[in-house]
Amino acid sequence: MTEMIATPAELDTATALERVRSWFTDVRVMTWRNVLHIRREPMQLSDVTIQPVLFTLLFIYIFGTAMVVRGGGSYKDFALAGLLMMNLTTSAVGTAIGLSSDLATGVINRLRTLPMSPTAILFGRSFSDLLAAIICSSFVVLTGLAVGWRPDAGAASIAAGFGLALLFSYALTWAMACLGLLAASPESAQGIVMLFMFPLAFVSNVFAATQGMPAWLATIANWNPVSAVTSACRSLFGNPNPSSTIHTWPMQHSVMASLVWSVVILVVSVTAAGHLYRHRTNS
Amino acid sequence: MNKNNMIEAEAISKRYGETQALDRVDLEVAAGTILSVLGPNGAGKTTGVRILTTLTKPDSGRAWVAGHDVVAEAAAVRRKIGVTGQDATLDDALTGRQNLVMVGELSRLRRAEAKRRAVELLGLFELEDAADRIVKGYSGGMRRRLDLAASLVMRPPVLFLDEPTTGLDPTSRRRMWTMIRELVTDGATLWLTTQYLDEADALADRIAVIDHGRLIAQGTPLELKAAIGSQLLEVTLASPHAGAAEAIEALASGSVHITGGGLRLRAPVASEHGLVISALRALDEIGAQVDDIVVHRPSLDDVFATLTGVAPSPDQDEETEGVAA
Ligand SMILES: Nc1ncnc2c1ncn2[C@@H]1O[C@H](COP(=O)(O)OP(=O)(O)O)[C@@H](O)[C@H]1O
Ligand SMILES: [Mg+2]
Repeated sequence: MTEMIATPAELDTATALERVRSWFTDVRVMTWRNVLHIRREPMQLSDVTIQPVLFTLLFIYIFGTAMVVRGGGSYKDFALAGLLMMNLTTSAVGTAIGLSSDLATGVINRLRTLPMSPTAILFGRSFSDLLAAIICSSFVVLTGLAVGWRPDAGAASIAAGFGLALLFSYALTWAMACLGLLAASPESAQGIVMLFMFPLAFVSNVFAATQGMPAWLATIANWNPVSAVTSACRSLFGNPNPSSTIHTWPMQHSVMASLVWSVVILVVSVTAAGHLYRHRTNS
Repeated sequence: MNKNNMIEAEAISKRYGETQALDRVDLEVAAGTILSVLGPNGAGKTTGVRILTTLTKPDSGRAWVAGHDVVAEAAAVRRKIGVTGQDATLDDALTGRQNLVMVGELSRLRRAEAKRRAVELLGLFELEDAADRIVKGYSGGMRRRLDLAASLVMRPPVLFLDEPTTGLDPTSRRRMWTMIRELVTDGATLWLTTQYLDEADALADRIAVIDHGRLIAQGTPLELKAAIGSQLLEVTLASPHAGAAEAIEALASGSVHITGGGLRLRAPVASEHGLVISALRALDEIGAQVDDIVVHRPSLDDVFATLTGVAPSPDQDEETEGVAA
């Protein structure tokens, strides 16, 4: 029996390399598990497949007919980057709900008694949601292409636009994870997240140029990170971008602003999520 | 800390607001044995399991599992334990097989090894047919079996089972017992909580009785039974009688418990000849009409009633009939 009792030396036998490898395994397993959840939850699946298609069609065909793009250009070309950002922003809600559901069910108790890395629970969640974001973007783009959206820029520039959108979406996922960790239940997570999500997605240049808004609202919208990323995407896609004429720093330097916002949100949220997770599971 | 103990708790306490969930509990479990922690709902059983399995930190006191401190060396403890919680800890959206492979990989098995182990466990727990169905559709018994299987993936030397048979039908319950017994023949050390006295009696080497967070008794099933006196006198009256308790108290070695609206009386007695006759005579003298009178070795139900001062509930009596008596 005594050979089962570990000596302190046994604790240190895992080398740094082995630990890194184990961490990647844990993250892969958790990501895979979350993807299975998305596949089996009709609501989550439709959030990243049907909803982006419907929103894209809805906005282009219903609003598009009545909208004139400030500074000229087709509404379809103007709308796509906005639709991309709106869909990515609203689909990040799933992170908060998913994480808080995990904490509310018994699964977390199983995971916490396993010799896995605790941070893999958070990273796995962020990667599966990044995957969902990629699927969501693809549906927006394919629908856009089908109804006549055309980028007018080099492949590298277009790819950079999507890269920026996904980077921001990934950072947002971590911010949503924090809200999920703060919420007492999946239901309240949904409530809290909606409260943040709506102004973030809609008080922006996503659907209309901010020049037409009342001055105070325009100021908020111009500093909204979603506006910066939308504006950056529009210019990287070679689509009409009325925001480029606004003399506010993020609108003048939308790519840089997008990067700064993403990195700041990412660093703050990853740190906060780690603390919140430890606090939450340390009763 | 004693090297022969796989689990050791030293004055562990835990408080939730006004509730003292655990109050300075000391317990130890020798390697390869089963300790059954017996207590009613809210006694603190789950809190104890959560502390020993690193899910919750004690407010005070220390505990070791497989030689590792559960607070300071939580990661090392997790490498040695399997846990089946009171509430299912399975992933409802995954199949039985996927659940086991996930747990295997997260327990540091290679993917191929995790898959092989999953097949083995699905067979062992008679879940092959349901292996590729989503857990959401499993019956209560199947869930418990899969949960137990999940805690055995990495063949842990120490196992915690929190009320593994609560809510199961009698057949599933027996099946679970058989599986639990097999675990110990494999050399594992078991911490098993239960509300069922017959379960503790049937499975455990030692029993620890807890109530309101306090350890109120411990010992082998036999020792516990002996602790409350060698014999128990039980009288059922045709109608309640005010002097009956007093009449019996004169013969008893402890206090008389009255239940059933004054109809049932029970008291520990020293074993001696002519006891039943003396009791009958005493009751007859005061004019109490006796329906039934028996003397028997106390069951765990009786032990529990005596230790906690609460009479066993009628359904518990039924549950344990013929097993604990
Ligand atoms: N997280 C918690 N918050 C508040 N009270 C709790 C919590 N966990 C347990 N308790 C309380 O502590 C006591 C012991 O609970 P528990 O250990 O679950 O008992 P058992 O498993 O024996 O039924 C109960 O009164 C319960 O209500
Ligand atoms: Mg319990």
